[in-house]
Amino acid sequence: MSTLEVILRAAGLLAAFLLLPLLVGQTEHKVMAHMQGRLGPMYAGGFHGWAQLVADGAKFVQKEDIVPAAADKRLFRLAPALALIPYLVALAAIPVHPGFAVADLPGGALFVLAATSVGILGTLVAGWASANKYALIGAMRSAAQLIAYELPLALAVASVTLAAGTLSLGGIIEAWKPWWLLWQLPGALVFLVAAVAELQRPPFDMPIADAEIVFGPYTEYTGLRFAFFLLAEYGGIVVMSLLFSTLYLGGWRGPFDDLAGWAWTLLKGFVIALLLIWIRVSWPRLREDQLQRFAWLTLIPLALLQLAVTAVGVVLMGGSS
Amino acid sequence: MSEHKGVVPGLLKGLATTARTMTRHTSTQEYPDVRPELPPRSRGVIALLAENCTSCMLCARECPDWCIYIDAHKETIPAATPGGRDRQRNVLDRFAIDYSLCMYCGICVEVCPFDALFWSPQFEYAELDIRDLLHEKDRLGGWMDSVPAPAALDSGAADPAEVTAQRAPARPARVIRRSPAGAPE
Repeated sequence: MSTLEVILRAAGLLAAFLLLPLLVGQTEHKVMAHMQGRLGPMYAGGFHGWAQLVADGAKFVQKEDIVPAAADKRLFRLAPALALIPYLVALAAIPVHPGFAVADLPGGALFVLAATSVGILGTLVAGWASANKYALIGAMRSAAQLIAYELPLALAVASVTLAAGTLSLGGIIEAWKPWWLLWQLPGALVFLVAAVAELQRPPFDMPIADAEIVFGPYTEYTGLRFAFFLLAEYGGIVVMSLLFSTLYLGGWRGPFDDLAGWAWTLLKGFVIALLLIWIRVSWPRLREDQLQRFAWLTLIPLALLQLAVTAVGVVLMGGSS
Repeated sequence: MSEHKGVVPGLLKGLATTARTMTRHTSTQEYPDVRPELPPRSRGVIALLAENCTSCMLCARECPDWCIYIDAHKETIPAATPGGRDRQRNVLDRFAIDYSLCMYCGICVEVCPFDALFWSPQFEYAELDIRDLLHEKDRLGGWMDSVPAPAALDSGAADPAEVTAQRAPARPARVIRRSPAGAPE
């Protein structure tokens, strides 16, 4: 790979990382509004408020950058980047087209899991560095949440990699067969629930819980740094949706996939993002201990069962899959 | 969670409800572009029909927060016939409502015996300064155009008093009989 190609790929990745979350965010604005009998943004940009998030961005840039006097200033400034960059890094490893990922890694599944796990540190650091009790409570909640979802998430991904016999995301897509939809269904459900918990979105948004602890770890943030946290959330949705479609829906697989593979990837990811938005609008927030209970009594046994079922399937098929 | 009966059906019901709402028409009214559909008898602002006002001050006295200002003076109307009596009449100089104080209770509209105050559905009279919300007689009178016509009477209701009075046979002139002693009866 020449230097020019590396630069081009990085620039393309950055463009995608700035554009796709905006698309998801705008979709959320409009879909959530219509699900609640509203219209959502209608003015910015002229046509159905398509430029609302661009306008929001312009507003965030103009705002004063406030660092609380008692805050740990360096950590406080660092936290948004810590939340944002892991998702950018994770996005690089996701295959978008047959034989193409921005960074095609042999251990892609492991890499993506590891990278997205770092994102939660941004929330923890923000909560600690803010020197605010609500922010600290939120950070502690997200730390508790982390224990609840990381294990099921890893187990669910382990099951898919076991079925495919490879840790490479591209390899998983190539090994994928339509009947895996049924075979890996419990694991897919576990992954989806754990992904929502990782993204700290309703019904698992206890760390943010604006009705209880103001805005959790983001309470003290304003302006561009706050916008980075929002971007991290929507970037996280993009990464998790694409990862789900890669692991469970066959990624770029579909009719004419040597030409339209990238379109299949985006379409499947978009459908999953819509599902995440739909869940957000429909369900109420759980309590932190309810998530713990749900994780240990339902998600982890289910993921272990899935792992066993996958293992039996792989042995029965003699590793042919 | 699974020991709770009805968690999964409840979750599915939630998803179904939001999906159904998305396919239906929204209830948002795009106000500055489209006029809102206000219910009849909306209480937007109180309009004044100054011709009906007799400056009786009932509204100003009943107003719970004293937001109505009335100034009036008396004028003498000379007798219409020779030997008749001069009459006096109240002339309204100032009628103002301070909408920064008004709490839209409508007591003044209810209490007015001469139908000089009306509810108008007009609501676009916001100001940038609270002191500009004191509206005088001409502004209050301008809102009379937006007052809706009174609701039609119920089909079984009695005719209004004015109509009944019109239909009644003309009453004969009263004749005062005098007794032979010359004193009124």
